[in-house]
Amino acid sequence: MTKIRSRTRGTARLPAWLDYSLVPVLNVAAAFVISGLVVLLVGESPIEAVGYLVYGAFGYGEGIGFTLFYATNFMLTGLAVAVAFHAGLFNIGGEGQAYLGGLGCALAALMLDRYVPWWVTFPVALALSAGFGAVWALIPGWLSAKRGSHIVITTIMFNFIAASFMVWLLVEHLSPIGSMQPETRTFGPGGTLPKLDWLFAPLGIDIGTSPLNITFLVALAACLLVYLLIWRTRLGFEIRTLGHSPTAALYAGISPVRITVIAMMISGALAGLMALNPVLGDQQRLQIDFVGGAGFVGIAVALMGRAHPVGIVLASILFGALYQGGAELAFDMPAISRDMIVVIQGLVILFAGALEHMFRPGLTHGWSLISRPRETGEAGRPKEIAR
Amino acid sequence: MTEAALRDPMRDPAAARPPAIELVGIDKSFGPVRANRDIHLRIEKGTIHGIVGENGAGKSTLMSILYGYYHADAGQILVDGKPIDIRSPDEAIAAGIGMVFQHFMLVDTFTVLENVMLGVEGGARLKGGAAKVRAELQRLERDFVLEVDPDARIEDLPVGLQQRVEILKALYRGAETLILDEPTGVLTPAEADHLFRILAQLRDQGRTVILITHKLREIMEATDNVSVMRRGEIVATMKTTETSPAALAEEMVGRRVLLRVEKAEAKPGAPILEVADLSLTDSRGVKRLDDVSFDIRAGEIVGVAGVAGNGQSELMEVLSGMRKADGGRLAIDGEPVDLTRPAAAASRRRLGLAHVPEDRHRAGLVTAFSEDENAILGYHDDAHYGRGLFLDRRAIRDHAVRHIEQYDIRPPDPRLKAANFSGGNQQKIVLAREMERGPKILIVGQPTRGVDIGAIEFIHARLVEMRDAGCAILLVSVELDEIRGLSDRILVMCGGRIVGERGPEASEAELGLLMTGISSTEAAQ
Repeated sequence: MTKIRSRTRGTARLPAWLDYSLVPVLNVAAAFVISGLVVLLVGESPIEAVGYLVYGAFGYGEGIGFTLFYATNFMLTGLAVAVAFHAGLFNIGGEGQAYLGGLGCALAALMLDRYVPWWVTFPVALALSAGFGAVWALIPGWLSAKRGSHIVITTIMFNFIAASFMVWLLVEHLSPIGSMQPETRTFGPGGTLPKLDWLFAPLGIDIGTSPLNITFLVALAACLLVYLLIWRTRLGFEIRTLGHSPTAALYAGISPVRITVIAMMISGALAGLMALNPVLGDQQRLQIDFVGGAGFVGIAVALMGRAHPVGIVLASILFGALYQGGAELAFDMPAISRDMIVVIQGLVILFAGALEHMFRPGLTHGWSLISRPRETGEAGRPKEIAR
Repeated sequence: MTEAALRDPMRDPAAARPPAIELVGIDKSFGPVRANRDIHLRIEKGTIHGIVGENGAGKSTLMSILYGYYHADAGQILVDGKPIDIRSPDEAIAAGIGMVFQHFMLVDTFTVLENVMLGVEGGARLKGGAAKVRAELQRLERDFVLEVDPDARIEDLPVGLQQRVEILKALYRGAETLILDEPTGVLTPAEADHLFRILAQLRDQGRTVILITHKLREIMEATDNVSVMRRGEIVATMKTTETSPAALAEEMVGRRVLLRVEKAEAKPGAPILEVADLSLTDSRGVKRLDDVSFDIRAGEIVGVAGVAGNGQSELMEVLSGMRKADGGRLAIDGEPVDLTRPAAAASRRRLGLAHVPEDRHRAGLVTAFSEDENAILGYHDDAHYGRGLFLDRRAIRDHAVRHIEQYDIRPPDPRLKAANFSGGNQQKIVLAREMERGPKILIVGQPTRGVDIGAIEFIHARLVEMRDAGCAILLVSVELDEIRGLSDRILVMCGGRIVGERGPEASEAELGLLMTGISSTEAAQ
């Protein structure tokens, strides 16, 4: 029954511009309203809290720097989820792939930082982080394509394997002799990515001590490349065909095995690139658990951004702002602890990700009421219904 | 008669009993399109009333209004003479209206009993409800000769029986009027005949049946009255005995139509497609193809007749490279083809084999893609559509526009999503793509399923044109009329084997028997 209903309801569609703008805005607004109630319960003013949050994220140069630094992580992990998603694969292993990507770029830095300038290390680190991430995603991709194992299960298991493997490496092999810290030595200037203060200074923004570095530009370039890949290339056509209809892919002579493996490798490579940002851009060393959940936030970012690079950039900045503004908020309002910030972030993920479709039916209905008299062409044609 | 009856109920004896359903002045628009305009329809109690019309004529919209999916912009629905407002399927069911959809709404892994009680369990504990449903089912089965084992699982039942379960579901919910939407699309001729017997039984017991179809033969066979819809209007309502298929077709389309395919004698050339000892066993160990061997020559149409599910789909999938075979040989234009490679559709296309799949929604099209993207599906690696890794959007669009012009695809918008085209136009998108390159071999599955009469004419004419241009065509269809009308030779499949070959002059009865696995010599004994 519900199936038919959604079919007939589905004929009244939201125009794309509304679907892509109003729906996410409403979802975020709902998350903020609920968060506001929580803040009220704690006994603080929600309006004031929002003020701190927005100021912390965008109010001054350093804040903007931090916001974009976090956004860089989410952009890359979000793109990773999106590419797999277009192939009909739900890669939730971004966390593990980024972790392994960190190993790749750390190895590049450890090998080269004492001998060459950063711009020599950089391409090597880029290739190794992407390569390690890709290989880590290749295994579940291949298992899924060849053996039919479920990619959600395998990628999540691979997150655990990655975590244990990295602990072992960091404790047993990568930490310098005599150190109790499960981390590598600190890289020299040859293993440090340059900050972006020169890019923002002409805009009158001083990013201060924030760790915003050229990985931000890598992420933006990745957005463009993913757009071109998915919508402009033959490979992208094949990826989307497989994602929409595996039978049609088979019919069109597209090998599901090949596309599954390729899409997962691209996805893993993007997640792996994320490691450049904290490892070479910020900490100059490989630390335990440095990914810090960015792989999972990428899922929410991709969902909210509709697996489109433009949407992903916007969603990443939102989540970056929540991270940075939230830290600021916890500092300025002691009643609001760090855990509360996690609650707010969780609510945004809940509304933007899990409850993404909550408002759509109502909106669609409302729109069909408003638009009926002047609806034209495509949207209004009842061809499917009038069968 | 309707008008007169409305004015003076005392004078017309038929009007003394209120009609089961009466629609008065129903109007429904979607944006600028009026899907239904000023519909007046009277469905007498205890009759089978057929509604015919092309795709897009407004049949389904009208029934959706009656079943509560849509609300009419204007007009009134009267059930048993009383005006009622139907706002949801629940309200329609409460008013005694039941519907059997083209695609069944059954839970495959549940039993018949569980499916019937789904939604009317009668409490949190299933046991009491189940006993009640079982008793009621037995009564219904007895009354209407609808035997189904209540404990059989749906997935184990043939399609014909699944449909009976749908009917039982509607009856169990107290349906006095039963709407069936294209019920025979998935049935064999024998199953369809059985369905019509069930419907007749329902009518004789005083229930009312509304049969929506585009098959004129079914209207003639099964209905008492028939209404023809065209462009959202009811253009005629008459007693079935007083009309003919030709007259109905003319009403539907608004002009004379050719119901027969006109074609000259075939001039077969050299064998282009040679199949030998093809075999395929599925993952459950069932033999889907069993030693299938045949040839197709250039310039002939070979039809494959058979009850759905007897290996025809697998045959097409193997030949077109969507699926690998366990054994056998295939040669295209003399060149041997490796059958053990999976996902080999692209290499088959390069050999000149084009494929119009049975299921255009799942295989032939990506319905979420635009028309122009669909126009290159399977040919997206061609050098015409871009340079190197990249696709050239303009080249693709220009190409699609040519298809749209040559095949009269409507609306002529290459950016419109394939899902938004009607069935006939979707099929034209697929046909245009597969036919335009002049393939040596064309494999066509169910070319006119869910396609309106005007488009059927067009598609059949194109197939014959292709044949005359020297293409070897393999035609698989569940419509025996189509097979007999188009084919130069007919292969009959049953249980994965080719059980016989006949000429196009073979009678429907003979083919029907062969399809069930009984050869004509056996039948003669």
